[in-house]
Amino acid sequence: MRVLLIDDEEELVSTLAERLSFRGIDADWTTSGKDALEKLATTSYDIAVLDIKMPRIGGIELKRMISRQYPHMKFIFMTGHGSEEDFRTGSEEAGAEYYLVKPVDIEELTQKLKQIMSQQGGLQ
Amino acid sequence: MNPQWDIIGSEGFKFMGKINASISHEIKNVLAIINENAGLLEDFTSMAEKGVPLDSERLKKLADKIQSQIQRADRIVKNMNTFAHSVDETKGNVELDELLSFMTVLSQRLAAMKELTFSVVSPPDPIIITTHPFLLENMIWFCLDFAMEMTGPGKNLHLTADADDQWVSITISGIEGLRDNFSSEIFPGKRENALMQALGGRAVFDQSGGKIILSLPRKTEAQKDLKPAGE
Repeated sequence: MRVLLIDDEEELVSTLAERLSFRGIDADWTTSGKDALEKLATTSYDIAVLDIKMPRIGGIELKRMISRQYPHMKFIFMTGHGSEEDFRTGSEEAGAEYYLVKPVDIEELTQKLKQIMSQQGGLQ
Repeated sequence: MNPQWDIIGSEGFKFMGKINASISHEIKNVLAIINENAGLLEDFTSMAEKGVPLDSERLKKLADKIQSQIQRADRIVKNMNTFAHSVDETKGNVELDELLSFMTVLSQRLAAMKELTFSVVSPPDPIIITTHPFLLENMIWFCLDFAMEMTGPGKNLHLTADADDQWVSITISGIEGLRDNFSSEIFPGKRENALMQALGGRAVFDQSGGKIILSLPRKTEAQKDLKPAGE
């Protein structure tokens, strides 16, 4: 199973991907919604971890676009913005499996990704 | 006619809130990056304890990245501090080129969200005006906010200042892609007119030229009293 991380802060998203790889998770990354859609057109992913606030295509809009084309995919939202309560409600309404407030707890993210993966048919 | 301080006050709070929210988001991002880099160091240490050799070059790069984020945070906090202190005085000397640059820095993240850039063209000589610093910042923010809203992605907004003996002008140009149903009543609206009245100047939006021009008195004596009545 593969994970796609999407956040406009390149240093954040590339480091997160590397740290997830140390925890046995195959993670790829990109810094914009447009690039994410291009990657999805050529590579199969099972879970997307998206930042809510990104230039041009925000996380919630991107999630809707991806869901339409790839209905099997699951989503985790990240944000550094607003109150946790607002974010949790917004994430649930947008249909995300989970939400994380930055700075991200890598162990929490890893655990959640593994949980979603096992629900989807096990780690590969 | 007295300036409409109720509008100016409530709009000023909104402006302060918007800029603070943007700054806090930037700080959160910096903390998140430092957190990941520190976490990566921890991962390397754990691996070293299991016998994986440490890559000193990689460690050095990580330390550099953390330092660079600390410098970024320091710049953000310095700007936040400057912004917070702009309400200290109701009248002060403002160097326009510096102010325009400062406002573009404060608006940088919001511009990046809309994929826009700013360029400030410095005048040959510094232009100093005596005014209410916070109200002028607020007015420039309204102009930038409007310009960003009206202009499509990939564009650049130019900010320039000019002056004669009595007046200064601030021009924000490069405003493109106006909606078909754009009404000239939208800008300058009530809040912009209230601010410009308090600053003793006027704002004009030149729709065909894609620019906003603010005209302000240069000298203190040409200014109105920049305080609400009774203060």
